This record gives sequence, C-alpha cells and structure tokens, in this order.
Amino acid sequence: MYAVIAGAGKVGRNLARELISKDHEVTLIEASRARYLALEEEFEHAIQYGDATELWVLERAGMQRADLAIAVSGDDEDNMLFCQVAKEKYLCDRVIARVNNPRNHEHFRLLGIQPAVSATDLILRLIEHEVPRYGFVHLLELEEERLEIIELEVTPDASVVGSRISEIPLPDGSLVISVLRDGAGFVPRPDSVIESGDEVLIVLDTALEDDITALFAPNIRPATA
Amino acid sequence: MFVLIVGAGRVGSAVAKSALAAGHEVSVLDADPLSHERLDAGQSKSWEDASGQFTVGTALETDALIQAGIERADVFIASTAGDNTNLVIAQVAQRRFGVEKTIVRVMDPARADWYRQQGLHTISPTKHAIEMFENALAPEAP
Repeated sequence: MYAVIAGAGKVGRNLARELISKDHEVTLIEASRARYLALEEEFEHAIQYGDATELWVLERAGMQRADLAIAVSGDDEDNMLFCQVAKEKYLCDRVIARVNNPRNHEHFRLLGIQPAVSATDLILRLIEHEVPRYGFVHLLELEEERLEIIELEVTPDASVVGSRISEIPLPDGSLVISVLRDGAGFVPRPDSVIESGDEVLIVLDTALEDDITALFAPNIRPATA
Repeated sequence: MFVLIVGAGRVGSAVAKSALAAGHEVSVLDADPLSHERLDAGQSKSWEDASGQFTVGTALETDALIQAGIERADVFIASTAGDNTNLVIAQVAQRRFGVEKTIVRVMDPARADWYRQQGLHTISPTKHAIEMFENALAPEAP
C-alpha cells in the first residue's frame, strides 16, 4: 500500500514509522524546512519538503498512485483541502483526517471527508464509556514531555465556581480543554462559566498538579498518583 | 443585494466600501477588530454610520458566520489571507447555506484553476500579476 501523509509532526512521523515497519510505502510531506531537515536523515526518500496543499507538491509525491491520504497537520483548513484534492482530483479512494478543533468537525463532514478524527472526541468517548467517576483521574501522561491530561470534578468549595474561564488564574503551562456537564462535553470558551460538579479536563505540566487541584478541588487527593 | 465579505484586508475592505457606495447592504466579518479601521479610513462617515455591518469572529466559526448574516446573504466573498481558509468557507457558504454567488480569492493559480473547474468562482490575483508582468516584458508590437 502507498500512503501519503501531510504533516510530519508527532502524529505524522509516528504513523510513518509504523507503516514503514509494516512494509508499506510512505511519503511524508512537511512544510516546515527546519522540521524537514531534522527528519530527513531518518526518513531519507520517504520525506519531502513542501506545502501539501500545492498541487505540484502532491504530484511530485505521486498522489496519483496513492492508496491512502492521511492529513495530520496542525491546521484544519490545510487538512480539509489536502483530503479534498486527494480524493476529488487525484481519485485517492481512502482519506483520513485529523481534526484539531472539534468545532470544525462539521466542515469536514460537509466536504465529505471521513473518517475525521479528533483527539478531544476520542478522549470524551473514553471517559463516557470507561472511566468511572472519581474526583481526580489521570487520563493521559506523556512522561518525556512532562505533560498530562487530568479530569477533575469541581467541588462546591472551589474558588473557581462561578468564574469564567478567562478569570481563572491558571498557572502558565496549563489549559482547560473540555468541560463535562450533565452528560455532555464542550470545549470551553473564555466566557464559559465553571459550575460546581463540572468535570473539567485539563492539560498541564506535571509539576502543576497541586496548583491546579487547589483551584478546582481544594480538598481532594489524587485517586491515582 | 446583501453582500457578506469575510476578511477585511486591503482587498476585502476596498470591495466592501465600493459595494456599500453602490447601494448594497454590506456585512464584513474579520477576526481582527483593528481591521475595522480600514473600513473607516478615508470615509466621511464611520462604517456603521454609513450603515455597514461589522462582526469580529473567525471565518470557520459557524456562529460567527450566522451572526454576520450568512443565512440571508446573496453574495459571499472569501478574502482572508489564507487560500485554504477561503476555499473551505466558500464551500461552506455554497453547500451549507446555499448562498447564490460565492467569490473566492485564491493566491495560488493552480488551486484557483482546479477549484474553478469544480464550480467555485475563484479569483487569483497572482495570475493577473503574472500576466501583467508578461505583458510589460513583451516587446512593443510593431
């Protein structure tokens, strides 16, 4: 199978490694010169420098004969365009796209780009189905990067209850990525108000766990430490 | 006619002003509140006093498009700085909101050509610039 992958970030290059190790033919297309140069030694002819939404770049990569087009750049518009052109101009049967902002999911659907995968959606699904209710859950830990995603239930005594996201003194290196309320989840905007009983998903530097807990659930202890 | 222009840079703001002067109802959507100044520049009245509409928001946010009036737009102009953004929102305007006339600025001539074949009204300033340079270079006809 021949796969063309747009975007050689963490997702793109690990996918490429995986596919190459399974004896598939792969071309990675990377628009950042610096990132391309850093990866060229490892991937050799399997990586090309260029904007994956430029038609000549796609033709150089042999998009015409690709069996699979995978869009995993950090830009949703680029991902949509790449997949649309791969499918409709170069008649590639199968496309897979990464959705960076879950709100853009509807646009991928409108342009007929399926499957479109969003990390936030995947995590939400996992939580709804598999994670029992705790005050504090580690959902994901990236040890090397010193990053983690946690879920916290906001306790009634927390200082953030009634505050807008933009008013919460979140330490640098942390971000509220979703709020689960009444069985549904949403990505908060700066003016979204936190309520007691909300389950918030926060991505943070592992060193900030105590600071974050103090804000959202001052009197609980990590269930899994 | 109701004209919705997304992206009020040099091109978008100039087209907005001339469309308003021509008597159309004009709404402008731009992510940068500062771009409002381009609409006021050189005019005797402010954009709103001249009955223009301005919304701050991102082109891909459906809520922002609706707030800017896309549901009743007769003409949709995509003139943000990004080719791919323009191509996506033009298709959203056409397919989802059924806007009669959508016009898209696409800097890359190759993408502009291909999407024109797919039924989008694309305008490529780069293509015009190339032609003008070529004409300027060509020897004068005898």
